[in-house]
Amino acid sequence: MTTIRLKIRRRERPDTSGYWEEFDVPYRQHMNIISALQAIRRSPVNAAGETTKPVVWESNCLEEVCGACTMVINGKVRQACSALVDKLEQPITLEPMSKFPCVRDLIVDRSAMFSTLKKIRAWIPIDGTHNLGPGPKIAPSVQEKAYEYSRCMTCGCCVEACPQFNDRSPFIGAFAFGQVELFNSHPTGALNKYERLDAIMGQGGITDCGNAQNCVRACPKQIPLTDAIAGLGWETTKRAIHKLLK
Amino acid sequence: MAAKPQFVVIGGGLAGLMTTIKIAEAGFPVQIFSTVPCRRSHSVCAQGGINASVNTKGEGDSPQQHFYETILGGDFLANQELPKGMCEAAPAIVFMFDRMGVQFNRTPEGNLDFRRFGGTLYHRTAFAGSTTGQQLIYALDEQVRRHEAGGLVQRFEGWEFLSPVSADGPRCVGVVAQNLHTMEIRAFRADAVIMATGGVGAIYGRSTNSVNCTGSAQSACYQQGAVYANGEFIQVHPTAVPGEDKTRLISEGVRGEGGRVWVPKDGKPWYFLEEWYPKYGNLVPRDVASRAIYKIVYELKLGVNGQPIVYLDVTHIPRDRLERKLAGILEIYEKFIGDDPAKIPMKVFPGVHYTMGGLWIDDRHMTNIPGLFAAGECDYQYHGANRLGANSLLSCVYGGMVAGPAAVVYAKGLTNGAYAPPPSLLEQAARREREYTARLLKMDGPENPHILHDAMGKMMIEHVTVVRHNKSLEATDSQLCELQQRWQKIGLPDRGGWANAEVLFARQLYNMLQLARVITRGALARNESRGAHYKPDFPDRNDAEWLKTTKASWTADGPRLEYEPVNIKYIEPKLRSYV
Ligand SMILES: Cc1cc2nc3c(=O)[nH]c(=O)nc-3n(C[C@H](O)[C@H](O)[C@H](O)COP(=O)(O)OP(=O)(O)OC[C@H]3O[C@@H](n4cnc5c(N)ncnc54)[C@H](O)[C@@H]3O)c2cc1C
Ligand code: SF4
Ligand code: SF4
Repeated sequence: MTTIRLKIRRRERPDTSGYWEEFDVPYRQHMNIISALQAIRRSPVNAAGETTKPVVWESNCLEEVCGACTMVINGKVRQACSALVDKLEQPITLEPMSKFPCVRDLIVDRSAMFSTLKKIRAWIPIDGTHNLGPGPKIAPSVQEKAYEYSRCMTCGCCVEACPQFNDRSPFIGAFAFGQVELFNSHPTGALNKYERLDAIMGQGGITDCGNAQNCVRACPKQIPLTDAIAGLGWETTKRAIHKLLK
Repeated sequence: MAAKPQFVVIGGGLAGLMTTIKIAEAGFPVQIFSTVPCRRSHSVCAQGGINASVNTKGEGDSPQQHFYETILGGDFLANQELPKGMCEAAPAIVFMFDRMGVQFNRTPEGNLDFRRFGGTLYHRTAFAGSTTGQQLIYALDEQVRRHEAGGLVQRFEGWEFLSPVSADGPRCVGVVAQNLHTMEIRAFRADAVIMATGGVGAIYGRSTNSVNCTGSAQSACYQQGAVYANGEFIQVHPTAVPGEDKTRLISEGVRGEGGRVWVPKDGKPWYFLEEWYPKYGNLVPRDVASRAIYKIVYELKLGVNGQPIVYLDVTHIPRDRLERKLAGILEIYEKFIGDDPAKIPMKVFPGVHYTMGGLWIDDRHMTNIPGLFAAGECDYQYHGANRLGANSLLSCVYGGMVAGPAAVVYAKGLTNGAYAPPPSLLEQAARREREYTARLLKMDGPENPHILHDAMGKMMIEHVTVVRHNKSLEATDSQLCELQQRWQKIGLPDRGGWANAEVLFARQLYNMLQLARVITRGALARNESRGAHYKPDFPDRNDAEWLKTTKASWTADGPRLEYEPVNIKYIEPKLRSYV
């Protein structure tokens, strides 16, 4: 095999309609989708031999830890850097994520996820960055559990796969529950756990989850999102009852 | 004072975020710019950990010892004031992250756990699984988000810094930046600007750095009069995996947990680092290990299967321990190469990794242009001629802790009104950049900018990394000049006005070529061997002539080099040896 065939869903601007364009790219051992896109940039000619504009995409770390290069590859949402060509069936289709506004080609605008992080108060309200000594002691077993949640890279795979999440629904998405779980399980974070619980109650919150479990299967970091959803479902119910009785 | 001072931070990695928090804590508004959302900055890549001499293992470790090893590791080229402050502040920095909720690994008692890293005999490196950088940057990003919710911080994510704006004096009074999607170019006024734009790995084409570590921003400052220091000091990490799109790092943490480096010799594994350096073994500093691997491959011709490859082996470590301590790191290897490192030794080779040089700054982190500060990997302080593992996250955070408050002091000291630049000055600066962009968009020559980039990277890796010869450095410099000529003949494959990555890349490439010459000419001039800079024709360190900082200034004829003495106030230079 000397070349590989890519079929890319393109779009010039948010307000123009999308179209498919195909490319043949020289094959190299161990190549990933990023290196295929880089090859197009070096020689922006499509499979019909016509000169075209190079395809644009987002990426940064290329180690599957920054979350930037997420796209839909052969129908599955994942990171382009860790998508090895040898393991993909051809033609390889590349599409932008569908649950976020498309900016151009494979670039989407995921700022809604960052706004959600603000809404759920995904931080520990420390007194300041001056020296106040170490934090609370934490058992290794507790750390190991929390560490799983701490690896969420805001990539959006979980929400792309979720049937409840789309640009017409207020549902905030599974990653947010993972983050609430992370902060609420920390001894200091727990001091404000009700603020976070309140933020995921009501419209767009945890009760909107249909329990399809697509999210946990799509998460590249194997974050136990459904555990978080189950735990928080119970926590928020308790909180709701408590509020009612008050 | 009538109006509150305004601050602009360029870069949302650890250094930029820490700077931002410090300014916001002082009660001042900050605008923070980053090409990618801050939490996708290169700092996420750091796997191994962050140093702090907390001495939790009762080994007698101390900040003084940390300081000494940092200076020794840097082969005495670092000015000693800031590193001393950094090592003293390190325990408090790690505790700060602990309070922010970073999920550091723990001891059975629930304390922070520490591991060993290169260049030390102590357990000094705190770590959060194998994604320490990711955890640290998230912690700071979250705190910045909190200040954002509180109204002090405004984020400009998806904006690229193009150039600083200078008023007469000279003095930095703002920046010009461009939106990556709308392509809008705008000037932003600021009383102080802090650059925190990271390393320059992309000058070498493929490195362990992230895609946006181009050094383009530093170069733009340099071209406007900021001095660039110690450019020739580039760290090549001994254990990386070359790939088509990037070189992926296998962290020193792997050796810290017992990983061994070997090549087959006479049918048996030869653990050459352990044999050559019995005291430090596999954990000699990076420059020493990289040179040893070059010697194995190119001099002794013992590379695996005759290729530029050595083994990094963890197959002797129990799987549960690997999973607990190194899961993320080994996962990267398995994911990108397809072999399971617990079963098959990893194939590695040195790769360009860290930029010791950077924008020249004083002990307050201010460049030679008043009002323009720098912090993090883009400054030149702290690491001298070679950086110790796990010292960088620390220096980035500490740098932000110094730069933020120093910028506040500076801005408060400006007499009100007298220094306010006329608005037309900012508008002019923005117009200049718009005109430049318009010219770029019209370029329709035969050269493809990405192919020029490949050519630059290939040449820099071959001649300006582990082993350096004056003849090839000279040839490299003249080829860089040729590439600059060819740059004038590039054609932009995209002339559109929306999310046009090509026009931004053309600009970055121009800037990279400028800095590539600073690196190469600095290396050519320095006729000695020190830390990461090694010349077989001048194999020894030469303190009499070269215990000094290289300072490059931009001129139309290429970089002009000057030198200044190194501050060796606390520790007398001595021979650096790890045998
Ligand atoms: C693979 C790898 C592993 C590492 N592991 C460790 C480790 O274990 N321990 C350790 O101490 N160090 C480690 N390092 C080094 C450390 O990660 C970096 O030195 C450090 O993170 C740099 O942080 P920074 O804040 O200076 O820059 P970065 O994190 O690189 O951030 C730079 C910021 O500047 C922005 N930017 C750049 N140019 C522009 C522009 N023109 N306009 C606007 N914004 C711009 C970027 O978007 C980004 O936000 C590692 C490095 C690599 C490559
Ligand atoms: S369980 Fe289903 S509905 Fe709920 S977040 Fe996951 S994918 Fe969406
Ligand atoms: S939870 Fe997983 S899939 Fe969702 S954003 Fe985080 S890392 Fe991505």
